[in-house]
Amino acid sequence: MTVDDLVRNPGAWLAAGDLPAVVVSSRVRLARNLAGVAFPGWAGEDESVRIEQGLRDVLQRLPSLSPGFRVDMVSASAIDRDFLRERHLISNELAQKTKGSGLVLREDETLSVMVNEEDHLRLQAMRPGMDLTNLWAAMDALDNEIEDQVRYAYTPDLGYLTACPSNVGTGLRASVMVHVPGLRLTNEIEPIIRGLTKIGLAVRGLQGEGTEASGNMFQISNQTTLGESEGAIVERLVQIVNEVAAHEQNARLRLLEQREGQVRDCVGRAYGVLSQARVLTSHEALDYLSGLRLGIELGMIKGLGMGDVNRLVVYTQPGHLQKVAGRTIDPDERDEVRAGIVRERVRQATVVED
Amino acid sequence: MLCECCQQHDATIHVTQVIDGKSRELHLCEHCAEESGLNVQNVMSLPEVLFGLAGATEEDKESAARSCPGCHLRGADLKKTGRLGCPQCYRTFAKELTPMLAAMHKGLRHAGKSPAHGAAGVPDGLEDLRRQLGEAVREERFEEAARLRDRIRELDHDGG
Repeated sequence: MTVDDLVRNPGAWLAAGDLPAVVVSSRVRLARNLAGVAFPGWAGEDESVRIEQGLRDVLQRLPSLSPGFRVDMVSASAIDRDFLRERHLISNELAQKTKGSGLVLREDETLSVMVNEEDHLRLQAMRPGMDLTNLWAAMDALDNEIEDQVRYAYTPDLGYLTACPSNVGTGLRASVMVHVPGLRLTNEIEPIIRGLTKIGLAVRGLQGEGTEASGNMFQISNQTTLGESEGAIVERLVQIVNEVAAHEQNARLRLLEQREGQVRDCVGRAYGVLSQARVLTSHEALDYLSGLRLGIELGMIKGLGMGDVNRLVVYTQPGHLQKVAGRTIDPDERDEVRAGIVRERVRQATVVED
Repeated sequence: MLCECCQQHDATIHVTQVIDGKSRELHLCEHCAEESGLNVQNVMSLPEVLFGLAGATEEDKESAARSCPGCHLRGADLKKTGRLGCPQCYRTFAKELTPMLAAMHKGLRHAGKSPAHGAAGVPDGLEDLRRQLGEAVREERFEEAARLRDRIRELDHDGG
């Protein structure tokens, strides 16, 4: 299997989660390093190549990663890199690396490992909806399989040692992607983000670190990794995200009671633009897809599922557009191609009249 | 660049002299610079200037210059990038890391899972150095032995 096959098989995490789908997807990552070897940012190229070759062989034999395949960052094209980044399979940092770095992943994309990113190993797991507890269990199993084969850098005091001290200890980052249009319409999102930050959680945009929020989507994740067990980190995040989801549900109920016209307007405009536009920037697409998602959840749109919207969000991004087309497309033309893909899909849906 | 004075060694000391309002650059090797009466010890290296260590305390200078025996990352590198070079850096820069970890995390002690095969991370720094020292003495590599002895004293002094 190659990156090209991923284009045809949308990742399992893009499926629809349970409704109401405030939590779009869940993700867990673990940072691990080998004992007695320099971290990737400080190791020389020869050392990195040697480490990558060793780890690649170990990873490709693991039951948790079968059936799977490997992506070599030397031969990955610029479009492949964008595509894998949009798919959340590689980070911005790995996307810029070449020799001595790579990705090993399960064919269904539920588990993957970046080799020689900031750390020797970055294990990742993704699933639709709120599923952090199961994800951690799958991740723990993969981690144990790797640990049977290699010696991890670990001390009883500081736990798993990482290149950046912000990840030391568990090396665990658990995160969820939430869609909160209700909190945006009621202007409650800003104080909630401030509150989450205050209790040690990080809130970021759709594409992770350093990105702005678009399409009313936010990533919420734990910030601290030392001093708490993995179970406690996951449990706390689940609890808080469930509270955020409850707030979002309340906001939607209030909006429907007090400002139903405004909600229907938001959904109707989204449908109108997405079913008719001939030119659509990726930012616009995300914003209107948020309105469409809300409409589906509230029963105002029929004939389109949450899985369809999840796939549109990913397949309208530049790397995916170009990968599907099999050629480089300049930004202006991309906006037209994007509009075409969205139009074709959204026209199958109908707005339920009140 | 060769030393302007002896034309034999690499010029490592670069001095800008200002005489009567005219500036003139001198490029000297360490030896010639010392001969000409320059106080070499007080001349700051470029990294020191770059990392804002001008006027830094002795402790800051020691921290910036300290190098990890495992990977040769220096304190100044850690300060610049915020990233460590190898697992052993956690021991080498423990003094610098403790306040950073306290500010970043909920606690200072790991409370999560541990590898089933036991801790395999950082070799005991002192043990390792003492073994190396023994080897160096036996093989009459005295310069290296002196370096190792100083390093062991330093670590012992820090409480390991």
